[in-house]
Amino acid sequence: MNLEEIKQFLKEYDGPKMRIMEVCGSHTAAISKNGIRGMLSPNIKLLSGPGCPVCVTPTAYVDRLVELAMTPDTCVVTFGDMLRVPGSKTSLSESAGVGAKAVMVYSPMDIIAMAEKEPQTNFIFAAVGFETTTPVYALLLDEVIEKDLTNVKLLTALKTMPGVIDELCRNGAEMDGFLAPGHVAAVTGSDIFKPLAENYQIPFVVSGFEGTEILYALYELVKERGNGVVKNCYPKVVTAEGNEKAKKLVTQYFMPADATWRGMGSIPGTGLVLRPEYRNYDAGSLLLNEDNKKNKACCCDKILMGKMSPAECPLFAKVCKPLTPQGACMVSTEGSCHSAFASM
Amino acid sequence: MEERISMVHGSGGAATSELISAVFAKEFANDTLNQMEDSAVVVGSGKIAVTTDSFVVTPMCYPGGNIGRLCICGTVNDLLMRGAKPKYITCGFILQEGMEVSVLQEIVHAMAETAKEAGVTIVAGDTKVVTGAGECYINTTGVGFVPEERDVSAVKVQEGDVVIVSGNVGDHHAAILSSRMGITNHIESDNAPLGEIVEALFTAGVEVHTMRDVTRGGLATVLKELAQASGTTITLEEKALPVTPQVRDFCGLLGLDPLYMGNEGKLVAIVPAEQKERALEAMRSAKYGEGAVAIGTVTKEEPGKLYLVTGIGGLRNLEVLQGEGLPRIC
Repeated sequence: MNLEEIKQFLKEYDGPKMRIMEVCGSHTAAISKNGIRGMLSPNIKLLSGPGCPVCVTPTAYVDRLVELAMTPDTCVVTFGDMLRVPGSKTSLSESAGVGAKAVMVYSPMDIIAMAEKEPQTNFIFAAVGFETTTPVYALLLDEVIEKDLTNVKLLTALKTMPGVIDELCRNGAEMDGFLAPGHVAAVTGSDIFKPLAENYQIPFVVSGFEGTEILYALYELVKERGNGVVKNCYPKVVTAEGNEKAKKLVTQYFMPADATWRGMGSIPGTGLVLRPEYRNYDAGSLLLNEDNKKNKACCCDKILMGKMSPAECPLFAKVCKPLTPQGACMVSTEGSCHSAFASM
Repeated sequence: MEERISMVHGSGGAATSELISAVFAKEFANDTLNQMEDSAVVVGSGKIAVTTDSFVVTPMCYPGGNIGRLCICGTVNDLLMRGAKPKYITCGFILQEGMEVSVLQEIVHAMAETAKEAGVTIVAGDTKVVTGAGECYINTTGVGFVPEERDVSAVKVQEGDVVIVSGNVGDHHAAILSSRMGITNHIESDNAPLGEIVEALFTAGVEVHTMRDVTRGGLATVLKELAQASGTTITLEEKALPVTPQVRDFCGLLGLDPLYMGNEGKLVAIVPAEQKERALEAMRSAKYGEGAVAIGTVTKEEPGKLYLVTGIGGLRNLEVLQGEGLPRIC
């Protein structure tokens, strides 16, 4: 089928209703940016899963970042989105008004130059992310160790992918297909989704991030409805086995651990922490499991698990807007609520 | 003259006078300014446009320009967008202690050159010095004369109009960001005075309903505000949007959207559909308007809405920029 035929197929599909979850924040953003929801039949519903790293970070982690940023001679370094994520009481950007020191960077490696320039300041990187980002933190540690820098540490909230999808399926998310994360699969390999596909008899299709790539992947998912298969529609980047070098680098510094997901609780083996021999580079990441909502009515947890769509949350677009986020999903441009708000 | 600015240069005494004569008077000299009075007395007109803007861009000097060129372009362009002919400009400098005088000279020189290019006279100025890290802020206030017959305003946008942008979007924002991140590329700021484009439109007899310069917030924010102000629906074609491959790749890499990136030398003009070709021809014949293209249409079915027909044929709703975007780009 060519692109026009696929567009027509997806628009006119009148088969059994399908609930498809995209598990990657970049997919959520790309779907919104390309206006894909409006190109689908009412029988195909897209739901955003727990794939935006800042959206799944528990409040205790944000609270710890704020605490560090308020400590004298300490500076928190982070990706932009993390600045506005609410903790149990406040966010980094709100705290900046009362003396917290937090700066935004586009690359974790920027912290090296900052640490060299100001040796008297402790720099803490807010290391959140999935399999895609973790190798960068490993490279950062390589550099920190090589340069013998003692004023750089990580506060980690690292997550790994397949386990959380298993958790969703076991808890009745009732999905008919998963648009599998292309960037994560580039590291892990597409085979990592095979056991889940077979176990739940649901298709997983790995997709790239261009609008046309997503349309092709959605077409494959609809076609494979009810089949426990994994398809790789992003072969220029993703292989079945993944990137061995990146995996090895990550294993050198990090080890699997239980992880707390915002609104979903602790899920065994779905996180990574620094290995004991590198713990001196850790800024207190262990046991940050408290997860208290700033606004009790926030439904981020149900939205992340595909049980509710953003518009069904009582706070959505009323109290909760991108400039006044009540939950993490409204903060990041990759968050499901932010995405839904932007395309209202 | 010392090599760096110190607090004494803001004292109002001898050191201030030295700074003024060594740096400012040399570049800005004209009959009005040379009088060195407390205020400038100038000749007026019937309809006057007035605007003010403060410039805090960091870094002060970036590929394609500096804060000096920017502070003239920004204010001049705001005057132009109401159909005014820019005439006078004032400038207030807030210099931070430690600023290199050679950098200040470079900035002041760029201001003088850009003012000449834009046809405005710098008629008054002020300098203060504060503690800091050797940077500077500049405020400029501009006055322009509006020809009696011109009436350019957001509320005039109506069904049947077309949206034209004067060239590639996102360049200024991408240049500033590249500079801050230490990335070497070929992206340069588009900072430019847009007087030639505006005069070309009026000379060609185009009935310009409204114009806006596409600065902070980017194209999407500017057009969303116009749709709201006029109660119309604006629909853009993604395929028609002019973005250079360099800026597109740069945005792709950093997860940025060219629709929300600021420019300092681009305008959107909204004109009746039947005058589209005439408007395009006029704009393309003017300096800085060579890349003008039509990018969208105006209807009225959903007042206040801005849509983008995406490259793959989807429909995307566009809102104003949420959050801070990139601070201090102008």
